[in-house]
Amino acid sequence: MRPKVEVRSLNAWFKANHALRNVSLTVPANTVLAIIGPSGCGKTTFVRCLNRMHELVPGACQSGNVLVDGQDLHARRVDPVNLRRRVGMVFQRANPFPTMTIFDNVVAGLKLNGVRGDYPALVEKSLRQAALWDEVKDRLRQSAVSLSGGQQQRLCIARALAVDPEVLLMDEPASALDPIATARIEELIRGLRESLTIVIVTHNMQQAARVSDSTAFFYMGELIEHGPTEQIFTNPRESRTEDYVTGKFG
Amino acid sequence: MNSLMARRAVNWIMTGLCGLALAIALVPLVSLLWLVISRGLAGLSWSFFTALPAPVGETGGGVGNAIAGTLYIVGIACLIGVPFGVGAGVYLAERGDTRLGDGIRFIAEVLSGVPSIVVGIVAYGLVVIPMRRFSALAGGVALAVLMVPTLARSTEELIRLVPHELREASLALGVPQWRTSLRVVLRTALGGIMTAILLTVARAAGETAPLLFTSLNNQYWNWRADQPTASLTVQIYNYAVSPYAEWHDRAWTSALILLLLVGSLALAGRLLSRRRVR
Amino acid sequence: MQTASEIATAAREPERPPESAPARVNVPDRVWSGSLLLLGFAVLAVAAIIVAELVHIGGPAISHTGVLAFVRNSVWDVTRDVFGALPFIYGTLVTSAVALVLALPISVGLALFLTEMAPPSVRSIVSFPISLLAGIPSVVYGLWGLFVLVPLLRRPIEPLLAKTLGFLPLFQGPPIGLGYLAAGIVLAIMILPTITSIAIEVLQTVPGTLREAALALGATRWEAIRVSVLPYARAGIVGATMLGLGRALGETMAVTMVIGNSPSIRASLFAPGYSLPAVIANEFAEASGDLHTAALAALGLLLFAVTVALNVAARLLVRISRRGPTRVAA
Repeated sequence: MRPKVEVRSLNAWFKANHALRNVSLTVPANTVLAIIGPSGCGKTTFVRCLNRMHELVPGACQSGNVLVDGQDLHARRVDPVNLRRRVGMVFQRANPFPTMTIFDNVVAGLKLNGVRGDYPALVEKSLRQAALWDEVKDRLRQSAVSLSGGQQQRLCIARALAVDPEVLLMDEPASALDPIATARIEELIRGLRESLTIVIVTHNMQQAARVSDSTAFFYMGELIEHGPTEQIFTNPRESRTEDYVTGKFG
Repeated sequence: MNSLMARRAVNWIMTGLCGLALAIALVPLVSLLWLVISRGLAGLSWSFFTALPAPVGETGGGVGNAIAGTLYIVGIACLIGVPFGVGAGVYLAERGDTRLGDGIRFIAEVLSGVPSIVVGIVAYGLVVIPMRRFSALAGGVALAVLMVPTLARSTEELIRLVPHELREASLALGVPQWRTSLRVVLRTALGGIMTAILLTVARAAGETAPLLFTSLNNQYWNWRADQPTASLTVQIYNYAVSPYAEWHDRAWTSALILLLLVGSLALAGRLLSRRRVR
Repeated sequence: MQTASEIATAAREPERPPESAPARVNVPDRVWSGSLLLLGFAVLAVAAIIVAELVHIGGPAISHTGVLAFVRNSVWDVTRDVFGALPFIYGTLVTSAVALVLALPISVGLALFLTEMAPPSVRSIVSFPISLLAGIPSVVYGLWGLFVLVPLLRRPIEPLLAKTLGFLPLFQGPPIGLGYLAAGIVLAIMILPTITSIAIEVLQTVPGTLREAALALGATRWEAIRVSVLPYARAGIVGATMLGLGRALGETMAVTMVIGNSPSIRASLFAPGYSLPAVIANEFAEASGDLHTAALAALGLLLFAVTVALNVAARLLVRISRRGPTRVAA
């Protein structure tokens, strides 16, 4: 299978804190990779390296390579701003723009960049992809903060999809949501795999098992084990992975 | 338990004294507001808002030119002071986490304690000496210098209230830093910044000392930035220290108008921020 | 699908890159960063301009008179180009001292009452008039002082003080009304909201656990305040007082209108005096020559230096006390 994202001996630091140690892995196109591991193991730092959001934190730096479609993200010619349109991101807490309407939130990525287009069609398409269209189609002009938490998170997914990314990074997208909203997001992730490559961080192992094709287990900044999801959960090679997935620690 | 009784008594006495402090603080406020309203209302009429000052011995007249002059000078001050003040605040919030930013923040704090009369001398040197005459522009420059440090600090704090997540959301959509700052972060903080501007303008409109030898005064209407210009505050001062009883009455009426002007600016600011909090 | 063999191997510990990888920023972002920096420098420019102009205008007077003579000489005679700032310095210090003596206990008591004693509803009601007090223009305070306070001082307050405390030189002499006492009282009212609001801010940073610890040991509320709250907040309250003092030193209009404007040095608080800002306000626009203007600007420079020093010290104290318990006692 064609590799979409390739990570080669990636290291990341926050000031003196070595947050990621020599991580290498590959994500094939149109698959879902789940990143699991205890708090502070470097999961979030890892995904933030994939769209160069990591470097925005003061004191952060990194070494190693991240390749998308064989192109090195840190090559001199790559503009992080353009890169982030190809590699979208959904955050742990829903963060719609409070000053904008639902409609404007969806097209924010285009509007803020001054890109014109058929906004109404795009809004409908993105909201349908995010499984939110039926709930909001009659109130697109209302403020985004009038939505419930689960709806806000799906709105953020629609917003990320509207710029038509190739890769979608999701940093614990359902951790602040109730079980019903979580189920909807998971259903959505499985459907999006058709058109995208997805990397999802989660601390919920059932969720990883439900939505992902492959799973990577991080511990103390190191990638301990990476393999097909079924194998990681049923027959892990590493004892630390087994301890974690069976709930002995973490 | 005699000592416990004594300790309780001390507790109640101290509580009473602190409550008394509240009462003492309110006495001058009540007295001042009552006198400005009661003595000011006596001389209030429509022509007081529109007419030119009447000479000694004549009745009637008004402070129309002084009201207009205050608005004019404050307008000039806003044109100069708001962009620099808000801009410096954006710098402090967005790039201020460095040693240089710390230094600038500290200097802004210290500058906000500089006496306004000193700033008047500075504006005199900057504008009046080169132009060889007192002018509305000089008054505006003085008030602008007073506005910049306070506005910078309050803008910074308002921008820092914008959740970090919004900035990240925008950057993750591939929006450049400058568009993110202007169209997401500043846009979100805009209501608060408007409030801060209104409160700063209210404060500037009440300043007298920096205008005494910059915009000076003028008995007539003036709309030229290079001419001496009347202001409500300087007019109140001149009326108050004059020896004529009817001018004293005009000072009170002018003070009422000044309080209404300053108060409505501050009130507008607070209403704006309340609507935003909703 | 990938194989499980793709396991990361941390063979060697890589060195941290010496420089944090420079973020390659696009051109508009670089322009934006640059313009922000320029706007930040606007604050520095304002500070530099203030100093430069004061030195430029006031310099000739200082070189004419000499720094020491300027500060120590008590004669201010414009017609003979004799410039002694002592009466103004004295008047400024006396009126500010009166203001502090009156305002400090009331402000701290008020701040304690609002943060430690009063129910929250009272606090929210009272915070409005206090901020109102801070928003009234100083010329209106001067008006009130001139037509309300000064007559009251003339009769009955000053005669009463003379009768009861007249053995002190402070309370002797004819009760004119206009003078140091009137200016000090008006200043006290004006700095009260400044000190109170900062003191409230400082008191709110005192951790609740400190209070509870004292109360749990059986202390009364006042004892808890005295033993655990006040020592914790002391540096901050000193800083608040210094900020209030800075405001009192530089206040112009209200003082000009009630101090009596007489360049003399008297022991009695009833006597008319003069202050640094007041003499600048009265004489600057009609200065009789360049040297006179320069002397007034030099007074401004003196005032600027003193208030900046006070503000620097006060801000540092408030910053330190916000950070937590401290032994920076005054």
